[in-house]
Amino acid sequence: MNAAPDRFTLAARALHWLMAVMIVAMLFIGVGMVATVSARHEWLLAIHKPLGIAILLLAVIRLAVRVRHPPPPLPADLPALQKLAALASHWLLYFLMLAMPLIGWAMLSAGGYPVMLGDALRLPPIFPTSPVAFAVLRHLHGAFAMLLFLTFLAHMGAALYHGLIRRDGVFASMLPAASRSIDGDREEVDADKADRPSAARQND
Amino acid sequence: MHDPAPLHVPPRRIGAWSLIIGAVAIVAVAFGYVGGWLAPHRLTPKKLVNQLQHDAGTFAGYRRNHAKGVCVVGHFDSSGQAQAYSVAEVFAPGQRTPVVGRFAIPGGNPYAPDSSVPIRSMALRFTLANGQQWRTGMNSMPVFPVATPQAFYAQLQAKQPDPVTGKPDPAKIAAFFAAHPETAAFRAWAKTAKPSASFATESYWGLNAFVFVDAAGQHHPVRWRMVPEASDVGSVANTPGGANYLAADLTERLAHGPQRWQLQVTLAKPGDPTNDATKTWPDDRRTIDAGTLVLERSAPQASGPCRDINYDPLVLPAGIEASDDPLLPARSAAYADSYLRRTSEEAHLPGTAAPKPETSR
Repeated sequence: MNAAPDRFTLAARALHWLMAVMIVAMLFIGVGMVATVSARHEWLLAIHKPLGIAILLLAVIRLAVRVRHPPPPLPADLPALQKLAALASHWLLYFLMLAMPLIGWAMLSAGGYPVMLGDALRLPPIFPTSPVAFAVLRHLHGAFAMLLFLTFLAHMGAALYHGLIRRDGVFASMLPAASRSIDGDREEVDADKADRPSAARQND
Repeated sequence: MHDPAPLHVPPRRIGAWSLIIGAVAIVAVAFGYVGGWLAPHRLTPKKLVNQLQHDAGTFAGYRRNHAKGVCVVGHFDSSGQAQAYSVAEVFAPGQRTPVVGRFAIPGGNPYAPDSSVPIRSMALRFTLANGQQWRTGMNSMPVFPVATPQAFYAQLQAKQPDPVTGKPDPAKIAAFFAAHPETAAFRAWAKTAKPSASFATESYWGLNAFVFVDAAGQHHPVRWRMVPEASDVGSVANTPGGANYLAADLTERLAHGPQRWQLQVTLAKPGDPTNDATKTWPDDRRTIDAGTLVLERSAPQASGPCRDINYDPLVLPAGIEASDDPLLPARSAAYADSYLRRTSEEAHLPGTAAPKPETSR
């Protein structure tokens, strides 16, 4: 097998998929709760706050995992612009998954609200009470949420592009080890075609 | 199997691209629907607050409803009698909890004469020693006109001034009441209600039901009201002619001493409606005296400590929960939208409403 890692570590993969579900759910919860006057407003908000703090904690752990275990290199033949886009969007995602919960927390603090994660669990304020800061942070929270959603869409589209069009192993690097043939490494598939003729057709 | 590679590349590309574009589009459309952009008929907080602005005008920096008010400061002394029903620290025996409150009159116009409506409101924020908060907004009437946010929105639409006359169309208001028989109890109250000369002589009802949670985790549906110590004998007859007598009266009364209210909590019996603010509970329901609200001083709302508080009735401490009243989440959502608008105006953010002079309406 390869000397360089062709796959994210188990911790990185587990965190990726867990947080993917949490963050996408969070985006839908957030955008849904501010667009209704029904009881959904109340219970979505009750999920939104503890889920946001959970994402913040996991994002810190994930950043540590990322620094400790660098991801597998992108394919050597990937155009420079796509490499740049991959790098920039990944760091944008890291920035947003850390910034969004912090902005939300600071925004509630600035608005003078108690930051309640449940019936009785309260976080301390992390920003002085200020209506001006509240307004700025609240708008920032909404704008960054849109940016995060668009970045997620691009990330999902790019992952599928790697998995279905380029089939260069980038998508498989985030999958469980047993499923490597879903997005077979292109060079490897070409080289091994005679031995594993069905590998290239797994996606059809 | 033969090697399929030379044959399947073009169809695979088309299929793969369709899959990618389709997946991205489905997620984007779902997001647009949940966020309301693709669901134009859903009642949103924004629609409610826009309608409040259509009715009263837009007054930058002010609350979109109950815009005219005054700040008050004081405390709440618990009697300990509510502790058997709620673990909220505010109800512990002998507990004193600081309060920042606000008296107001309904409507979005901060320059409306005090005599223009017979309703007064009291909003309170209790800051508990454990850092939790209890916020409540109460009105000086025992029932709310409508039971649902949709009916409230319809009522606001009916009250929108006619562009020609500049006044609400009586026919539209009559049509609204005819279509909403649940407003009968409120209308019966409104027929005899007179604008009071003082905030201090009014009772304030929480209107919506809430749920107290005791130490054993048992739930007790409740409603609460603040009953004044001050008497209103003769106060209506002495109503001053000026537009702003309420704040002046309050300042004068407070200069002579604190003003007090008893917090009375009524416990529901099984079957009493908790989801309908248009209906009172029978008079024989058990009512406990939870403690005394003591208000010591007032301050103008433009500079007072209540200015930056959103009196969201769903900011609740452990021991008090929301009931199934559909007005509660709507109030919470709409207040949040109003709060964002006025704080954005205070921050002079681009795109926020410009201040409107008093004489323009």
